[in-house]
Amino acid sequence: MRFCGLRAVIRKEVLQIVRDRRTLGFLLGLPALLLVMFGFALNFDVKHIPLAVCDEDRTAASRDLVGNFTRTEYFDVVARPSDPREIDLLMGEEKVRAAVIIPRDFSRNLLAGREAPIQVIVDGANSMSASTAAGYIGTIVQNYSVRATTRRLSEKGVRGFRMPLEAPTRVWYNPELRSANFLVPGLMAFILMVIVVVSTAFSVVREKERGTIEQIGVSPLRPFELIAGKTIPYVLLSLVSSHLVLLLGKVLFGVSIRGNYFLLLLTMTLFLIGGLGQGLFISTITWTQQVAFQLAILSTFLPTFILSGFIFPVRNMPHVIQAITTIIPARFFLSALRGIVLKGAGFHAIWKDLLYLAGFGVLTLGVSTLRMKTSVSEGGGGGRKRRRGSR
Amino acid sequence: MSRVSHIIRKEFIQLRRDPKLIPILFIAPLLQLLLLGFAANLDVKDIPTVVCDQDGTAASRDFVSRFLNSGYFALAGTAGAPGEIDLFMEKGEASVAIVVPRGFANVIAAGKPATVGIIVDGSESQSATIGVSTVSMIVSQYAQGLVSGILDRLWVLGVRPVRVKPEVRVWYNPELRSRNFMVPGVLGLVLMVMTMMLTSMAIVREKEMGTMEQLVVTPIRPFELLAGKLLPFLIIGIVDVALIMSLIHFLFRVPMRGSVLLLFGLSLVFMLTTLGLGLFISTVSSNQQQAMLTAVFFMMPMMMFSGFAFPIENMPKIIQAVTYLVPLRYYFVIIRGIYLKGVGLHELWGQGLAMLAFGIAILTLSVLRFRKKVS
Repeated sequence: MRFCGLRAVIRKEVLQIVRDRRTLGFLLGLPALLLVMFGFALNFDVKHIPLAVCDEDRTAASRDLVGNFTRTEYFDVVARPSDPREIDLLMGEEKVRAAVIIPRDFSRNLLAGREAPIQVIVDGANSMSASTAAGYIGTIVQNYSVRATTRRLSEKGVRGFRMPLEAPTRVWYNPELRSANFLVPGLMAFILMVIVVVSTAFSVVREKERGTIEQIGVSPLRPFELIAGKTIPYVLLSLVSSHLVLLLGKVLFGVSIRGNYFLLLLTMTLFLIGGLGQGLFISTITWTQQVAFQLAILSTFLPTFILSGFIFPVRNMPHVIQAITTIIPARFFLSALRGIVLKGAGFHAIWKDLLYLAGFGVLTLGVSTLRMKTSVSEGGGGGRKRRRGSR
Repeated sequence: MSRVSHIIRKEFIQLRRDPKLIPILFIAPLLQLLLLGFAANLDVKDIPTVVCDQDGTAASRDFVSRFLNSGYFALAGTAGAPGEIDLFMEKGEASVAIVVPRGFANVIAAGKPATVGIIVDGSESQSATIGVSTVSMIVSQYAQGLVSGILDRLWVLGVRPVRVKPEVRVWYNPELRSRNFMVPGVLGLVLMVMTMMLTSMAIVREKEMGTMEQLVVTPIRPFELLAGKLLPFLIIGIVDVALIMSLIHFLFRVPMRGSVLLLFGLSLVFMLTTLGLGLFISTVSSNQQQAMLTAVFFMMPMMMFSGFAFPIENMPKIIQAVTYLVPLRYYFVIIRGIYLKGVGLHELWGQGLAMLAFGIAILTLSVLRFRKKVS
C-alpha cells in the first residue's frame, strides 16, 4: 500500500519531467555544458601582467635589471615610456597594471655600494593581482641583487659562491597550479546546487498554484511519501548529471579522482539530498511560483558562489559571516569534494563535512514534511479525482 | 500612453497583493550585499601555516619568525616530523608548510647554501598563487640579508653588495583592501540577479495562468504591454540601487571618487539590458519552471564572464570576444571606474553606449517575439 503510493508519485514526477523537454535537457545537460564553458575560459593565473618600464638611467646595469622582467612569464613589458608622467595615462586606461621606474642615479648608487632605490607602481584596484604582482617584482629585484653581488665576488676571485638559501617551493595536490583542478570541484558544487534547488523549488508550489494540491490532500498519500516521491527522481537525475560533470572533468581537463569513488558517491548523494531538501522547503513555505523562484535564486545563486569558499576563502571572512556559511551546504560539499578529488582524503579527514551535509538534509526534508502536512490539510475539499498531468 | 499606465497600475496592484514579495524586493538586495560584501574578501593575511622546525636553533627560529611576523602567515600548528604535515593539509587546517631541516644553523654559519622546504596547498589556486609569491619574496629578503652578512666577513676583498630596493606604491587602492574592489562588484551582481529574476516571470506567468488571452483581446499593443511590465521594475531597481549605494557608503566605507549622478544614470542603462533580457526569457519560455532554468542558464555565464572574480585578460581570445556580449562586463568597468578611479563620462561613454545598444537590441527582439506569439 505504502510503496504503491510512493511509486505512483515517482511515476507522476518522472512523467512530468520527461514531458517538458527543455527542463529535462537543462537538468541533465546544463551542468556539463557550463563546466565545459567555464573550465576552458576561467583561470586565476596571475601571469603576463602588462608592465611599463621607464628606464631613466639607460646604463648596462639598468638594462640588465629590465632584462630580468622581460625574461619572466609573469610580466609582459608592453610599454617603455621615456617620461614617468606617461604612466599616469597608461594606468588610467588600464593598458598596464604595474610600472617600474629606474631613476637616473641607479647605476651610480650601485657602483658606490649604496642602496639603489627603484620605484614600483601597481594598480591596486584589483587588490589580488596587485599583491601578487608586488610580490613577484620584489622577488625579481632581490634575486637580481644577489646575483649581481655574486658576480662581483667572482670577479674578485671568490668562486663557487652560491645563493646562500634555497627554498624550493612545492605545490601539493595541484603542482602546476592549474585552475582546472580547482575549478572543477568548485563549479560542480555551484552548478549542482543552483540547478537542484531551482528545479525542486517549483515542485510543491506548482501544485498549490494550480490547485492540484487539494486533490493530493484527499488522496491516501502520506506527506512523507509525497516528499520522498518528489525527491527521488531528482536525486537520480542529478546523480547522472554529476557523473557527467566528473567524466568531462577527467576527459577534458585531466582532473582525476584521487580518493575513493564510493566515498565520493556518498558525498554527492548527501549533498544532493540537502539541496533538494532546501528546494522542497522553499516550495512548501511559498504560495506562488514567482516567490518560490525568487527565494530559490536568492538563497542559492550568489550565496553559493561567494559564501561556499569557491573563490573567497572562508577563513578570510568575519566570524559572523563564517557562522552564516554553515547554512550553505555547498561549503561542506566543496571542502569534502576537494579533499576526495584533489587530495585523496579518506573518511577520517572529511567525516565532519559529511555529518554537516547529512544533518542539513535531514533537517530540511524533515521540516518540509511537517510543513507539507499542514499545507495539505489546509488544502482540503475537492472530489476524489486522479491527479492531473503537467498541463 | 494611458494604456501603458494602466498596465503599470495593474503590475503594482499585483505586487502589493503578494505580501512576501515586498521584503524580497527591497530587503533581499540589502541582505545579500551585507553578507556577500563582507564575505568577498581576498586580502592575503594570516594564511594558516604549519611549521616543522627540525633544527630547533636560534637561526631556524629567526627564519620561521620572518614568515609569522610578516602578517601574511599565521601559525596553525607545529609538526614534529614532515610526515605529520599530510594530515594538516588533508583536513584543510593549513595551507602552507615550512620545513627547516636539521643542521640549518650550522650550514648557514659555515656560509654554505642551506635548503628549506616550503609546501603550498594548491587546491585553492588563487590563494596558493598569492602564497607562492609571498613566500618567495620573504625567502629572497632573508637571502639578501645572508649575502650581506657573508660580505661583511669578506670585507678585505672590498666587494660591496648590490642592494636594489623596490619602493612600492599602490595607486587607486593604497591599502590594497580587496573590499574596495569587490563590494562595488557585488552591487552589479545583486542588481543583475534582482532585475532578471523579476522580468523573466512577467509574461510567462500570464501565459501559465491563462490571463494572457484576456490581455491579448484588449486594445493594448505588444510594445505597450512590455513597456508597462518593464517600468515598475525599473522604478524598483532604482530604489534598490539607492539603498545599496548608501549601504556601500555608510557601512563598507568604500570611497566614492566619481559622480554619484553618473553612476545612477548608467545603472539605469544597465538595468535596461537585464530587464530586457528577463523579458526575452519570459517570451521564449512556456512555463515558469522553464523560464527560471533559462534565466539561470543566462545568469551563470554572465556572472563568470563579467570580470567579477576571473580577470577577462586571462581568458582565451574567443571567450574574450564573447564577453563583449555580457552587459555586466561594461557595468563593472563603470562601477569600479567611478568608485575607485573617479573617472567620468569622458572615459566611460563607450561602455554606456555598448550597454544601450544591447538594451535596445534585446528589447526589440522581445517585442518581435512577443508579437509573433500573440498573433
